[in-house]
Amino acid sequence: MSNSLFIVGMVALTFIPRYIPFLLAGKIALPQWAKRALHYVPIAVLTAIVSQASLIQQGAVQFDIANHHLLAASVSFLVALTTRHMFLTISIGLVVFALARWLL
Amino acid sequence: MQNDRISILFQGMRDTLPLILAAIPFGILFGAAAISQGLSAWTTMAMSLFVYAGASQFIAVTLLASSTALPVILMTVFIVNLRHMLYSAALMPHVSKLKQWIRVPLAFWLTDETFAVVSHRDIVKPGAPGWTSYYLGSALAMYGNWVLCTWIGMTIGQQIPDMTNWGLDIALIVAFVAIVVPALQQRADWACAVTAAVTAVLCYDWPNQTGLLFSALLAIAVGLMLDPKTAAKQAPHHE
Repeated sequence: MSNSLFIVGMVALTFIPRYIPFLLAGKIALPQWAKRALHYVPIAVLTAIVSQASLIQQGAVQFDIANHHLLAASVSFLVALTTRHMFLTISIGLVVFALARWLL
Repeated sequence: MQNDRISILFQGMRDTLPLILAAIPFGILFGAAAISQGLSAWTTMAMSLFVYAGASQFIAVTLLASSTALPVILMTVFIVNLRHMLYSAALMPHVSKLKQWIRVPLAFWLTDETFAVVSHRDIVKPGAPGWTSYYLGSALAMYGNWVLCTWIGMTIGQQIPDMTNWGLDIALIVAFVAIVVPALQQRADWACAVTAAVTAVLCYDWPNQTGLLFSALLAIAVGLMLDPKTAAKQAPHHE
């Protein structure tokens, strides 16, 4: 298999799963339970990503204060809960992370 | 009207900024790693231009370097990218109103980041006009940044320090927190989030990000079981 063919294969295999639901949108009627399931997609996937990205450091679970990613994520979680303000949540999260890196 | 579209497009770009910041080190690393693993400049750029799937690109380069059989690499790339089918499915209600031709570039530019930003807008401003412009703004900003960073990594990546340990990925973490929390409104939403968080850590070492996919699917199932609308329909059967 040449390089070009390999790229074409990668394009197809990454594009097709992204495209199939878009292609079918409006053409098929989803059952009620599937429509409800879609409501949970952002919560489920984004939380799973955040959980791994903040708790797994250097390939292992690190559940302590020395984990600055976890500290900043926890603080921004509290800010988001109390203020529901996106810019504030992100800014405070970044500041906490920077401070933790330099001070702790 | 035209002005509205452009200002919404810029809004999409602006809301994606923290996620762009988080992606920069990885774009540069990808360009540098691909070249140092012996990929040609053309193949490296083609991956970012035409494949445009960060995690899959890294895995492909790593597996190519370890001379894994090409069908195995392609299969792995497919599995890593399956998560995006969930995103695409979740956006179906919006896409159903669009012409077919525009769905092709929208699907191509669908990433974790653009999905997150677009979903957030849907949660805080349901039914806001200009969905496509907003999506395109976010997507074009992510895509332009990814292609540019790949090129930078490819050309001067060996001379600049590895930025991936600077912790810029924290921007993605806190942005995703800011995006998810407003969506946690009912008990079922919380149960879904807690399931996702716990399961993702328990299966973090599963290969090819299958742990992410599995924990997301399990969390969706938990949300669905506790969902007030589906539960209301099922209640008469149980009683």
